[in-house]
Amino acid sequence: MTHLGYLIAGWGITFAIIAGYSVAMLRRGRVIGARVPADRRRWMSTND
Amino acid sequence: MPEPVAANAPARSPEGHAGVGTGSTGTRILGGLVLVGLVVVFVLAFFVTEPDLVQKDIVRMLYVHVPIAVVTLYLSVAVMAVASLMVLWKRSMWWDTTAAAAAELGALFCGLMLVTGMIWGRPTWNTWWEWGDVRLMTSLVLFLMLIGYLAYRRMLVDPMARARRSAVLALVSSLNLILVNRSVEWWKNRTLHQESSLIEGKLEDLTLFTLFLAILVFVGLFAWLMIHRFRVGWLEYQSETAGLDIALAERRAQASVDVDEAVQHPKVEPGKQT
Amino acid sequence: MSVIWAVLQKDLRVESRSKIVTSQVLPFALIVLILFGLALDADRAALRSFTPGLFWVTVLFASTLAVQRSVAVESETNAFEALRLTGAAAWQVFAGKACALAVQLLAVEAVLTLGVIIWYRSAIANPVLVVTAALAATIAIACAGSLYGVLAVGEGVRDTVLPLLLLPVLTPVLVAATRAFDDGINTAAVNGWSWTLLLGAFAAAYAVVGSLAYAVVMEDA
Repeated sequence: MTHLGYLIAGWGITFAIIAGYSVAMLRRGRVIGARVPADRRRWMSTND
Repeated sequence: MPEPVAANAPARSPEGHAGVGTGSTGTRILGGLVLVGLVVVFVLAFFVTEPDLVQKDIVRMLYVHVPIAVVTLYLSVAVMAVASLMVLWKRSMWWDTTAAAAAELGALFCGLMLVTGMIWGRPTWNTWWEWGDVRLMTSLVLFLMLIGYLAYRRMLVDPMARARRSAVLALVSSLNLILVNRSVEWWKNRTLHQESSLIEGKLEDLTLFTLFLAILVFVGLFAWLMIHRFRVGWLEYQSETAGLDIALAERRAQASVDVDEAVQHPKVEPGKQT
Repeated sequence: MSVIWAVLQKDLRVESRSKIVTSQVLPFALIVLILFGLALDADRAALRSFTPGLFWVTVLFASTLAVQRSVAVESETNAFEALRLTGAAAWQVFAGKACALAVQLLAVEAVLTLGVIIWYRSAIANPVLVVTAALAATIAIACAGSLYGVLAVGEGVRDTVLPLLLLPVLTPVLVAATRAFDDGINTAAVNGWSWTLLLGAFAAAYAVVGSLAYAVVMEDA
């Protein structure tokens, strides 16, 4: 396979960053979710 | 292949009951589908499709670059612009949270688009960067704009003022992208970028299928990320407003301390700010 | 109309007393020109052929300072609040601020033109084109700058964010103004008038958007 180094770099960077971002985001959601008062945890409400 | 394993984390976690994490049945199903889709795309991209006659195997980069570009340029910018418009119209925090989530994902994907594009461009065009390529320049300005937007959001204190002002920023900057695009087009009046390989049907059927599947999977990935990022943003807003009185009191106390200090020691480090 | 005129006059009067632009922004712009000269090793040919680009980059840098000053005049004294209370339409305030800014930037550009003629040995081949292009580009910069300047003040906002927000937005102006000057001072064979026309379109676009958006951003400035 030609350009294997480029391909590993491109695909690798893409999925490493997306995975890292996802993990960080899920963690952040848990931490901050625990901090929100119970009556406000329904993040689906629109508050309009 | 490293993959977003965390998609299923909330389901496995024992304390992950509804209300604390940002996962829900819907996002878990979507996350699972996206993971399966990514594996399928990976297999198709590396083991089933043929290398390109001209580009050789580096064409396999396009199965990730093109979907990222579609998600960035069309989805996240469009969602951010529409949500910003809705903020100004409805003055709703729901749309503001949506705009912020789309902008953050837009910055993430725009950065990845530039990186994968450069890695693809080096062997293909024999250069990491080409000034005067319309899409490269537009993407770069878009990236800078999103960075600026996110930095700006972080500074603003009052949620409603933040919503309104960053909506204006987002709208003006998105409209400006059209000007950037047009001016660079005129600037060089030539482009290295592959314009028509999708439209003219030069690509083989399997290649085309893989590309469209990849786009579909990345749209799903964007949706999954978007839902979670929205929920994080919404929780942030809730905790922000819940703690607003406390925060305000702290801020006032801090400000009065600063004033006292400034009065008592007028010559302390001029650059120091709170 | 009277509001526009009043704001314009007020800003120019403030400048004539404080002399911030003449004593700080203008010298800064000249220093940038000199730095470019030193960085490019005073190579006669290179400096001359890069003149349009260097000139407009310098103007953009100077404009961020001028914009900060233009907004500080209002925000430091809570004058935006006062202007709102007078019931003046936001777009008129915007137009007045943008005009005053444009006048100050044009003055800076006039001195910079002398600078590039003396230091970079540039010669103006088509004065009408140069002046028209500069006018259009300046209006575009002043309109975008006035809007973004107000975004960069307010509770919690540090003015260090202004260049980050404003400069990417002005990239099309930089491209078009540089190309127009390429024709005007004869450094590249391009059609300067079509670029000037584009600059005019940018100026109109920023003026319209700024007029519409100013009411929203002035509220929290």
